Amino acid sequence: MSDIGLGHFLIVSTMLFFIGIYGFMTRRNMITMLMSVELILNACNINFIAFNKFLFPNQLDGVFFTLFVIAIAAAEAAVAIAIIINLYRNRKSIDAEDADMMRL
Amino acid sequence: MDMNFFILMKPELLLTGLIFIIMFAKIANLAENNGRFLILVNTLLVLNFVAGFFMNQEGTLFSGMYITSDSMAFEKNILNGGMMLISLMAYDWMMRCKNTPEYYMLLLSAQLGMFFLISSGNFLMFYLAMELATIPLAALSNFDLDRPKSSEAAFKSIMSSAFASAIMLFGLSLMYGTTGTLDFAEMQMLVTGSSLQVLAFIFVFAGIAFKLSLVPFHLWTADVYEGSPVPVTATLAVISKATFIFVFMSTMFTVFANFFMVWDKVVMISIIATITIGNFMAVRQTNLKRVLAFSSIAQMGYLLLGVASTSVQGASSVLYFMLIYVFSSVAIFAVVGLIFYQTGKEDVADLRGFYKNNKLLSWVMAVALFSLAGIPPTAGFFGKYFLLTSGAAKGDYIVLTVAILNMIVSLYYYLRIVKAMFIDKSENDFERISVSPIVTVSIVVCIAGVLLTGMSGEVYEQIKSLFLASN
Repeated sequence: MSDIGLGHFLIVSTMLFFIGIYGFMTRRNMITMLMSVELILNACNINFIAFNKFLFPNQLDGVFFTLFVIAIAAAEAAVAIAIIINLYRNRKSIDAEDADMMRL
Repeated sequence: MDMNFFILMKPELLLTGLIFIIMFAKIANLAENNGRFLILVNTLLVLNFVAGFFMNQEGTLFSGMYITSDSMAFEKNILNGGMMLISLMAYDWMMRCKNTPEYYMLLLSAQLGMFFLISSGNFLMFYLAMELATIPLAALSNFDLDRPKSSEAAFKSIMSSAFASAIMLFGLSLMYGTTGTLDFAEMQMLVTGSSLQVLAFIFVFAGIAFKLSLVPFHLWTADVYEGSPVPVTATLAVISKATFIFVFMSTMFTVFANFFMVWDKVVMISIIATITIGNFMAVRQTNLKRVLAFSSIAQMGYLLLGVASTSVQGASSVLYFMLIYVFSSVAIFAVVGLIFYQTGKEDVADLRGFYKNNKLLSWVMAVALFSLAGIPPTAGFFGKYFLLTSGAAKGDYIVLTVAILNMIVSLYYYLRIVKAMFIDKSENDFERISVSPIVTVSIVVCIAGVLLTGMSGEVYEQIKSLFLASN
């Protein structure tokens, strides 16, 4: 077995990224859609850390970026969940298919 | 940390001060009286707008993370002015609202994010500022808490913007992996055009295109515009769009400048798609706000013509058009908001017989719509003309032909609104809309802007000199 290198990390992050996109496109539960977005953000975090560790070990840009992304993701989730709760109060449903008052 | 810091970051520091004043007014229960509070906030916004014209310097801060120049200061003045006009035109609505301090805190935080976004010189700053500019706006879309449409719009807004910024972030991580830096200037040197970088560019472009609602990424726009409260719709359509087009322009000209052969094709295709689909979808709509949403999508396509021309003339025509777009859109949204909040009507067909009792408002709407359509006496004509000539200077005649043919299509749905107001008869009269003095001020400034910017050639020359000076 060879050592775990940059390629392995990139494969994991790419898989996470596409799982996130697939989940966002197919799941109809609002909370699950939010979780899919978090998966994409985590894929980005893995990318940043892996690039930083393997390619540019003498600087910390990627690590810092990851910290900020985690904080922003929390803020985004807080606002999104507040909106979903309000939608639930108005509609009694958190299914994205039911949010169809406005159509093309 | 000397005086230079305060002068360079003046627009952001003033806004931060404003947010703090509003927060303390809320804590000290000074905001109980809605009328007094609104007078205070609007006065502060006017002062903030005026202060934007003094003591502007060029320079960088925080080792290149924050950049400012004369053209950026001008862009921030446009945003300040637009925000002030929207706040004034929303006065009647805000008077009846609860939680006005929260509204302004969220709104001004979003504007702070936009200012940092315009001035960012590093992708970390860029990402943080972009989130600061979008998350509060999504929360604001939900400001009519009891209206189901409002929360649906907010849900669509937060989900699509979270998804878009996640995609963009993936692109940024790949850019970081290929270059090893996040700084715009350093990255520009290291961009080689390898296939991984092309992929990263496509992701970043998709993220910005989402915010600009260019065509494959425009599906959220109409729903969010329809459901949000009208002043928030105006902010999204005018201020947010203006910011992202400025940012798009500056990133394309700096970070991805060496990439020109790639992004030129991408932008050309999205111009054709954006203008055509935006206009043809607008023709189908019956709801006034949705017509305006699709028309704003189409206008973004015209603006991209100026960006794609990569010349000083193109950049200054983008700024000039955006200035006019702010004036005409705010005027339209002011009238739409007055109609919606006093009668509950929001369909184009509902406007029949509007002229009979509301002569001045009909003329305001007509002049502003003519300006968006680009009909000569108004400034919109000159805006479109400069954009098209800058595109012609580059020589993409296919794109230009599509753009010009689409201007004819756009006349159909703009004039349909005018026809409903002036010509169509209806059985029951349209009631008289009452306009308070503060809203009148906002509308008068907008209409004066639409007419006078077109009359004097000074404005365009002034904008052009900003760009010539910084090169």
